[in-house]
Amino acid sequence: MNGYLVFVGKRALLMFAVIFFGISAMFLVTYLSPIDPVEQVLGRLSARSNLSPEAIASTREALTAMFGTGQPMHVQYWNFWTRLLQGDLGASLMAFPTPAMELVMRGMPWTLGLLLTSTVITFVVGNLMGGLAGYFQNNRFFKAFGIVTMGLQPIPYYIVAFIILIIFGFLWPVLPISGGFSMDVRPSWTMPFILSVLQHSLLPAFSLVLVGLGGWFIGMRALVSNIVTEDYVTYAELAGVKRETIVSGYVMRNALVPQVTALAMVIGGVFSGTIITEQVFNYPGMGSLLVDAVNAGDYSTVLAVCTVSITAVAFAIFIVDLLHPLLDPRVRTE
Amino acid sequence: MFAVFRDLIRYNLEFTIGLVLVGIVAIFAALSFFSPVDPTLIYMAIPDQPPSAQYWFGTNSRGQDLFWHLSAAFRNSLMFGITVAVLSRIISITVGLAAGYLGGWVDRILMFINDIFVAVPIFPILVLFYFVLRNNMDSFTMALILACFGWPFDARLIRSVALGLKHREFTRHAVFAGMSTRKVLLEEHLPYVMPIVFSTFMNNMLWSIGMEVTLAVLGFTNINNPTIGTVLYWANSHSAMVVGTWWWIVIPVILIVITFLGLFLLAVSMNEYIDPRSRLRRMGA
Repeated sequence: MNGYLVFVGKRALLMFAVIFFGISAMFLVTYLSPIDPVEQVLGRLSARSNLSPEAIASTREALTAMFGTGQPMHVQYWNFWTRLLQGDLGASLMAFPTPAMELVMRGMPWTLGLLLTSTVITFVVGNLMGGLAGYFQNNRFFKAFGIVTMGLQPIPYYIVAFIILIIFGFLWPVLPISGGFSMDVRPSWTMPFILSVLQHSLLPAFSLVLVGLGGWFIGMRALVSNIVTEDYVTYAELAGVKRETIVSGYVMRNALVPQVTALAMVIGGVFSGTIITEQVFNYPGMGSLLVDAVNAGDYSTVLAVCTVSITAVAFAIFIVDLLHPLLDPRVRTE
Repeated sequence: MFAVFRDLIRYNLEFTIGLVLVGIVAIFAALSFFSPVDPTLIYMAIPDQPPSAQYWFGTNSRGQDLFWHLSAAFRNSLMFGITVAVLSRIISITVGLAAGYLGGWVDRILMFINDIFVAVPIFPILVLFYFVLRNNMDSFTMALILACFGWPFDARLIRSVALGLKHREFTRHAVFAGMSTRKVLLEEHLPYVMPIVFSTFMNNMLWSIGMEVTLAVLGFTNINNPTIGTVLYWANSHSAMVVGTWWWIVIPVILIVITFLGLFLLAVSMNEYIDPRSRLRRMGA
């Protein structure tokens, strides 16, 4: 148990370090950038309407106070963190005066839902198929499956989503290609709404799964085909242990340990993939919000999305790391 | 070196296919050096012509001959990928070899930094960079940023090999013979990790070109510089699929798939040739 606590402590330290350095880097990027957010917003405001010079001057003052850009760097940095810890990143400019954090929180369930479902499906199916393919190496079906998933794996998320969009948008329009739910249902916990959400999430989730499968498949197949040559597997076979027990308990379980470590390592990348895919299918999550915010020049919302992304990914990695000792008893006793 | 190459072609079908695919794209990209038109100019040809004998890949709605335009786009994208790969290789070799050989607290600190970089979601950060840099974000800046994020997986791989090399006889001999640490790393250990460097080079190119495509398609780069992503960006902004200029989308997408499959097959077959441990890098991201 003591070993487990040490492990959890180390991982928690890493999580906080990731959040701290990630967000500090974010601050530094915005601080050092040659572009002043105040002038940018002002440019946008005055482009749409005629403002008197006095009005512009007072708006500039208000904006400078809001962004706090007039102060020295360490004061700005301190203020940035204190506001962040209170969950306050200022008002969104594209949906004024809604707080930016609220917009992010609205998009978060969609992104997390998509990320979670597709990751779980990809991980389970990819590892299962990969494991079986490694164990039954001459099976035609698994070989064909491997070629297809490996062929899809290197293609960028955007291109796969885009191809699926073209296929289901132009050539064979059976599934909705845009939005999170139909226009004619109201968000509530009713059957039509839930069905509509599921229907709309099919294509984005499908494209994420297609890209993700290959990596797990290849990894698991390589691991399993190494493990089946080990002495203890041969011994178990000779001793007449049931084949299902060998595959699940002796081979797959051992191969799963490095795969769970790998899961923690790829979460950041999969998260990026999710928000890219969202944008293609106009899915109402954090990815679409990020792109809209950039296009609208909405400083607070961009910062809020980045902050929440870094925090969420670091936290997800922490959770996956916690699973690790459950599979690998060596970590517990270290 | 040459014998390895010959063996790969002879015994590894994947390597051969990959080589052919990458070769096709590389020749196509190299053709842009002989391009009769400047690919950045618009309205140099009749717009919206389907593929024909005169315009092999057709022309787009901006009046560009797609053959020469795509050729330049692929050259730029490949150069971009190579730049990122070279830069991030330098970081990952330095970090990996130093962490593996020096060990102790150097190793712990470097791997801690490494873990932080692995965990940060890159896409929001890139968008943030674009957001604050706007038009100052040219492809070299972007290559630098991507290189800063593209090294940690490979550094870990190189470290794992370097850890093994540290306790080999020849390292001890070199140290007793008075070689400096820098010399041991560069002259004794570097040749051993070169195969990994090559295969991760391809994977890194895949990753960085994919990122560039994504950012460019959203319009978050210099959209007047022809790259794979900006070609798709302009096709989307002219609704190419809807107005029926399908070749503007389909041809680039086919070429992209060829490029990525080719590079991927090269990386995979090299990996198999060296070491199954490199599989970690290939997953997901």
